[in-house]
Amino acid sequence: MTILNLEEQFMNRIAADEKIEPKDWMPDKYRKTLIRQIAQHAHSEIVGMLPEANYISRAPSLRRKAALLAKIQDEAGHGLYLYCAAETLGAERDTLMDELHTGKAKYSSIFNYPTLTWADMGAIGWLVDGAAILNQVPLCKCSFGPYARAMVRVCKEESFHQRQGFEILLTLCNGTAEQKQMAQDSLNRWWWPSMMMFGPNDADSPNSEYSMKTKIKRFSNDELRQRFMDATKPQADILGLTIPDPDLKWNEVTGHWDYGEINWEEFNNVVQGNGPCNKLRVKARKEAWDNGKWVREAATAYAAKREQRKSETKQVA
Amino acid sequence: MDNRKRWPLWEVFIRGKHGLSHKHVGSLHAADADMAIENARDVYTRRQEGISIWVVESKDIAASDPKLNDAMFEPAADKVYRHPTFYDLPDELKHI
Repeated sequence: MTILNLEEQFMNRIAADEKIEPKDWMPDKYRKTLIRQIAQHAHSEIVGMLPEANYISRAPSLRRKAALLAKIQDEAGHGLYLYCAAETLGAERDTLMDELHTGKAKYSSIFNYPTLTWADMGAIGWLVDGAAILNQVPLCKCSFGPYARAMVRVCKEESFHQRQGFEILLTLCNGTAEQKQMAQDSLNRWWWPSMMMFGPNDADSPNSEYSMKTKIKRFSNDELRQRFMDATKPQADILGLTIPDPDLKWNEVTGHWDYGEINWEEFNNVVQGNGPCNKLRVKARKEAWDNGKWVREAATAYAAKREQRKSETKQVA
Repeated sequence: MDNRKRWPLWEVFIRGKHGLSHKHVGSLHAADADMAIENARDVYTRRQEGISIWVVESKDIAASDPKLNDAMFEPAADKVYRHPTFYDLPDELKHI
């Protein structure tokens, strides 16, 4: 069978909404696009733990601390589901890790912003996880089976992340004037980076066309951004907080909220490694990896010892 | 030397409830089977998703070849008489 036939068959399967599985034939570009996207997604889960880590010991109550710990533990799990999905395509886990640690691989630029106050734990849950959920729900129907299945688990687990974040902000907004100001300040800092999470405008998104064609992606960046805008505005009203966008206004004709221009220069800067925390995040990752070396070695040694004991017992018997 | 390359990949199967069969949920790396089960507990059953875990090394799974799916599965396609609805029976016939 020629490559042309295979490509045609592949596209027919995509058109019929069949799932592509790891051992099925797939075009190289499909495989590469998926590995890049799934790895970036996995890295985002892993790096996403870092901005929250500081607040485990600073959470204002045991209830908040337990919730934050559970959220961070979920993120580690989500990273693992995703790395495994990438591995089904032939990517090596070690290579993926190395690419993260050497700065070759990207992760969501939102995690390169600093978490300055407790309110940021609220804003991250509400906005960052909210945006992530909007991105991820359509990925549950992604054409690649293992990615879609990982997303089903992730989405199921993640809805509590957004709810606990909103509850943190709601509590602050119902508190003292200073606490409410803290919530507003946090929204001011996280709003635009959250809007940027959906990626460049459709016209400037080079990888989108192929991803849409092969049904890796089901909705465009701008479509998802608009959904986020429309969902979040009434939520901000419930909190009594103001979205920091002077151009924000209801559009009677489209039935959507019109928002102001996004600062793409800032976005590109952060993506290229010049955000406020890029170096800090990669350094923390590398340190975690290096400091965990003895644990990995101990586990390997323990496994070898157990194996040896097992074979000794067998010989005696 | 870092020894991470030696950790094999394990496929994880979970029994959700008594009476159900184990179902594949994903995979993970671990140094041996016991640690794979412990890791699977943390990765795949954080919300009481299971009461039993199986792990098997990915390399030990033999799989059918998707390229041969036609030859493999097509023979069952034209054997409608294997299904109960194939048989014409009167409506008044009950409990059959």
